[in-house]
Amino acid sequence: MGKKLLLHNDHVPNIHTYEVYRAHGGYASVEKALKTMTPDQVTDEVKKSGLRGRGGAGFPTGLKWSFLAKPEGVPRYLVCNADESEPGTFKDRYLMERHPHALVEGMITSSYALGAHTSYIYIRGEYFYVARILEQAIREAYAAGMLGKNILGTNYSLDLYVQVGGGAYICGEETALLESLEGKRGNPRIKPPFPAVAGLYGCPTVVNNVETIAAVAPIVNMGGEEYAKIGIGKSTGTKLISASGHINKPGVYEIELGVPVEEFIYSEAYCGGIRNGKKMKAVVAGGSSVPILPTELILKTAKGEPRLMTYESLADGGFQTGTMLGSGGFIVMDEDTSVVKNLFTFTRFYHHESCGQCSPCREGTGWMEKVMQKFIDGTANESDIDLLWDIQGKIEGKTICPLGDAAAWPVAAAIRHFKQEFIDIAKQKKFNDVKHYYRLNNLTEA
Amino acid sequence: MSTHAHGTQNFDKAKRATIKFSDEIMAQVQEIIKRYPTGKQKSALLPVLHIAQAEFGGWLSPETMDYVASILSIRPIEVYEVATFYTMFHTQPVGKCTFEVCQTSSCWLNGAEDIVRYIEKKLNIKVDETTKDGMFTLKTVECLGSCGTAPMLQCGASFHENLTFEKVDALIEKYRSENRLRSYTDLDYNNTL
Ligand SMILES: Cc1cc2nc3c(=O)[nH]c(=O)nc-3n(C[C@H](O)[C@H](O)[C@H](O)COP(=O)(O)O)c2cc1C
Ligand code: SF4
Ligand code: FES
Repeated sequence: MGKKLLLHNDHVPNIHTYEVYRAHGGYASVEKALKTMTPDQVTDEVKKSGLRGRGGAGFPTGLKWSFLAKPEGVPRYLVCNADESEPGTFKDRYLMERHPHALVEGMITSSYALGAHTSYIYIRGEYFYVARILEQAIREAYAAGMLGKNILGTNYSLDLYVQVGGGAYICGEETALLESLEGKRGNPRIKPPFPAVAGLYGCPTVVNNVETIAAVAPIVNMGGEEYAKIGIGKSTGTKLISASGHINKPGVYEIELGVPVEEFIYSEAYCGGIRNGKKMKAVVAGGSSVPILPTELILKTAKGEPRLMTYESLADGGFQTGTMLGSGGFIVMDEDTSVVKNLFTFTRFYHHESCGQCSPCREGTGWMEKVMQKFIDGTANESDIDLLWDIQGKIEGKTICPLGDAAAWPVAAAIRHFKQEFIDIAKQKKFNDVKHYYRLNNLTEA
Repeated sequence: MSTHAHGTQNFDKAKRATIKFSDEIMAQVQEIIKRYPTGKQKSALLPVLHIAQAEFGGWLSPETMDYVASILSIRPIEVYEVATFYTMFHTQPVGKCTFEVCQTSSCWLNGAEDIVRYIEKKLNIKVDETTKDGMFTLKTVECLGSCGTAPMLQCGASFHENLTFEKVDALIEKYRSENRLRSYTDLDYNNTL
């Protein structure tokens, strides 16, 4: 197995407590950064590391930090995006629940680099109990002098708070998150201005994902150049992957970027292959928003090269034959799965989660769910496939925030790669839901 | 029951008088307000709504929302528009225990529909309904970040994962015997089921 930088102490009992975390080398990055480095030097290390945002878009973190406006006398904020609501994604929960101090440490070191003196962790409301765990870790860090006034005797001070959301996927979009943190509805803002210029309370703000911020600690400890040696090309470092679906070993895996997809799915070190000796049919590799790929295309690119777990390799072939690393929500489906029904759950999701500001998204997601419902009811016609194609095309690229695209892409990809399934349902006027519920199929109650 | 759309003048004065945080809770609320810069106390709205919902019967009545508005010195409409935007805030009464079953992809792949149907049958209610005794409400929700331990449901602060029909039976039994309101803000989130 590859190098681990975030979950290397996963097996250590009570690693969620300050004492144990500290005894295992925790908070070293705070000591190193605050006592021996300037904020800009920390940012430089992050730049050199090649770290890319782990929230889904993969934007270079060091570059994002360097965009932060620094007007005199205006506070700057670091806000951690712990909204994690992209279907198939549960890595941030795992990290925060088991290693809360890894996030707190990353927040301190990153806040120092950005010159923030108040920082927030915005966590989805459903993770209320995780917020309690983080708050406990924060109390311990204050007690140990890692937070508050004059941290470790330096003249750097920082307050860190956890904010719980109210249940809304859209609040993962960074400007909707800031609105929500201001006590409003989670309606995304029109950009520009970008948060780096006018974010929380109109002040310069950096929003980063949980995993991105946690990765800053090992980067500062080992140095950006060392970190960049892990991985392949522009996909540097390690990545947490949330694996679920019809695999033998669902769970969160820290991989070195560059592991072959085939190895990730079939090796005992990771997913351990497909459950019940079934064959694999399809994979959604990076959370619900990214294109679904059939087995042939997820294991190998269109050129026949082995597909790797990197930003570039997964995207190879564009949307025609490729997909995206996205949030790392890796959903595996076996041969009995109905791609149509899976898509139905996604269209229902996006319709439910659209904030309703833009007509193409508000109306389009509703339509797509309705048409998909016809497929599930067995009343769809073949022309409904064209209708779906048409609607998704009219949403993509025409909305305030990328939720519109995220709703359109899965529909396009399912039709692109699994059109026959739609045609069969329309022809037979019947939807056969295969019982692939292994855990429950011996119970006839339902 | 009333909804947030009612005019303020229609509210029951007696009911309104009973809506008041205890000193202890009020101290917590004041602590939360201190997290934000002066004048930005509206930022406390979501956290305070969670507390209010837990304190005043598991849902946000118009009286409760007006009370929260008065504490944060904001207009009631600013509270209503937020309460109706987020799925965790209930603007209608719910049972003491709300079962929120995830129905998205990974959970569906692992039998979430069977779980929903099983609960419907067992409690004799449909999704979005409450049992006659006011004990249970059943809802379906979208991905809760338990995809690797699917199927799952949330009840109050607790996640119940790798669900089976037997686990659902045990949960219903347990909650019925405990007979208390389950809130997202509960501290006893460590569940064994
Ligand atoms: C609809 C939508 C939902 C999103 N949800 C999340 C999320 O739950 N967590 C997250 O970190 N980023 C999410 N993002 C991406 C954020 O907008 C933002 O790019 C990210 O937090 C930046 O952090 P990073 O650069 O560290 O990845 C979402 C974006 C969109 C459009
Ligand atoms: S694209 Fe959808 S979610 Fe995003 S702002 Fe527009 S309506 Fe809201
Ligand atoms: S799909 Fe149900 S918890 Fe993620």
